[in-house]
Amino acid sequence: MSVAAAVAQGRATPAEMMAVAAARALSDGEVCFVGIGAPSTAANLARATHAPRLVLVYESGCIGAKPARLPLSIGDGELADTADAVVSVPEIFNYWLQPGRIDVGFLGAAQVDRFANINTTVVGDYDRPSVRLPGAGGAPEIAASCRQVYIMARHSPRTFVAALDFRTSVGFGAGAGDRERLGLPGAGPVLVATDLGVLRPDPETAELVLTQLHPGVTVDEARAATGWDLRVAGDLEISEPPTASELEQLRRLEATQRPQGAAGGGRAPHHETERSRDH
Amino acid sequence: MAELLNLHDAVARLVRDGDTVAMEGFTHLIPHAAGHEIIRQGRRDLTLVRLTPDVLYDQMIGMDCARKLVFSWGGNPGVGSLHRFRDAVENGWPGPLEIEEHSHAGLTNRYVAGASGLPFAVLRGYAGTSLAEPGRTANLAWVDCPFTGERLAAVAALRPDVAVIHAQQADRDGAVQLWGIAGVQKEAVLAARRSLVTVEEIVDRLEPRPGSVVLPAWALTAVAVVPGGARPSYAAGYYDRDNDFYQAWEPVSRDRDRFLEWMQAHVLEAVPA
Repeated sequence: MSVAAAVAQGRATPAEMMAVAAARALSDGEVCFVGIGAPSTAANLARATHAPRLVLVYESGCIGAKPARLPLSIGDGELADTADAVVSVPEIFNYWLQPGRIDVGFLGAAQVDRFANINTTVVGDYDRPSVRLPGAGGAPEIAASCRQVYIMARHSPRTFVAALDFRTSVGFGAGAGDRERLGLPGAGPVLVATDLGVLRPDPETAELVLTQLHPGVTVDEARAATGWDLRVAGDLEISEPPTASELEQLRRLEATQRPQGAAGGGRAPHHETERSRDH
Repeated sequence: MAELLNLHDAVARLVRDGDTVAMEGFTHLIPHAAGHEIIRQGRRDLTLVRLTPDVLYDQMIGMDCARKLVFSWGGNPGVGSLHRFRDAVENGWPGPLEIEEHSHAGLTNRYVAGASGLPFAVLRGYAGTSLAEPGRTANLAWVDCPFTGERLAAVAALRPDVAVIHAQQADRDGAVQLWGIAGVQKEAVLAARRSLVTVEEIVDRLEPRPGSVVLPAWALTAVAVVPGGARPSYAAGYYDRDNDFYQAWEPVSRDRDRFLEWMQAHVLEAVPA
């Protein structure tokens, strides 16, 4: 079914299902360090639905931001104007993130490997990249110091790769025990929400396992979209479809971010590809 | 004591070919007008430093002002790539661009050490990443805490030749106040040998504002009045971020010729403030 058909029938697109699945994982009252793009959308959806007291922290220094519309950048005035506190960048990283005050770090990725390590730096060789991506930003220390990490990424073999071209941020390194060896204080990634399902680390090996499929998606589709031999949980769950309220709130939020004069049409596919690659 | 200069003279005096220049601003208060003046004056071989090089550094790189970029996140926030930055790194156009990249926490702490007059700063960061591979990242090393034995990242102090920032207000003596998202501007100014602050306006008295950053006149080199000097970025209390511009930059910056035409019309031939 096409995206347009899904929307016309009031059903969720795969991207919308990804946002809903990620949003549901956030609990009311948690403190969430939010990256821009898909994570920010999901976190604001959670705040608009089941988690009104979710505390959003943006690396621009906005603590407790309550934006009425989705920010285009992490430093939009809307975030500062609605925040409980606005602090400097040294303060947000040194006083708030580093000591472990944040419950959930919420990251996007251009590449993810089987141990939930993330690349947002380059595709190809570092010195002669085929695609130069934005780089680390706050992600390495968010991945290190938050109590837990959630990751969002579109499911494709280009994104879910057997080997990263660059390890920008550490999930579980080379496997179980690596975070402890590296001295990383947080528990690391506990959930990877994609447009096909949800992956969670195996408690023994730390390898990502498909634990949940979105409605209408098959195991074969998820495996074909993964660049390694994806393991599937024995008690594989099927995601509840988005409720009418979740879908309504998500579409309302996304409508707040469209450029003026581009009402209704949404974004061009190519543009969307760029966004998902870069964040 | 800060000298009140016009933008042309301030850039001419403070920014020299080959300098290490930090033009800070975290989405908010980005000193676009000053950057455009640097482009108009044809500065070359700069080492540009900024946590979040976005459209302004894309323009300066595309106009061949920079030899090197020190940064931690290079994108057009919420939109996508910086195409002039990518063209320089991927294809060496208009010239090769050396890069030194960090995480935000790491580069921030390089400024903190510089502002503190210390040789380095420590943080819990980089561990296990490709940035931490031996020989990969300049100005990154490891130290063992003398009290706990914990292994920590050490980042060398950053001392730019000149820091350039934009603020809302200065008083008649040249003291500056900025508010809203304050980024790492205070640290950049205090770490730098020289500093230029462009401001929206001069006021008789700086009214105290919650969470503001005040830089006394004696800590600054020059102040220039440039209303709208952050556009298309924003200045809280004065004007909003022009998000449509950031979206529109995407197709302009994709194509070398279209980029050069845009710069000719909107920067090189623009009347200096």
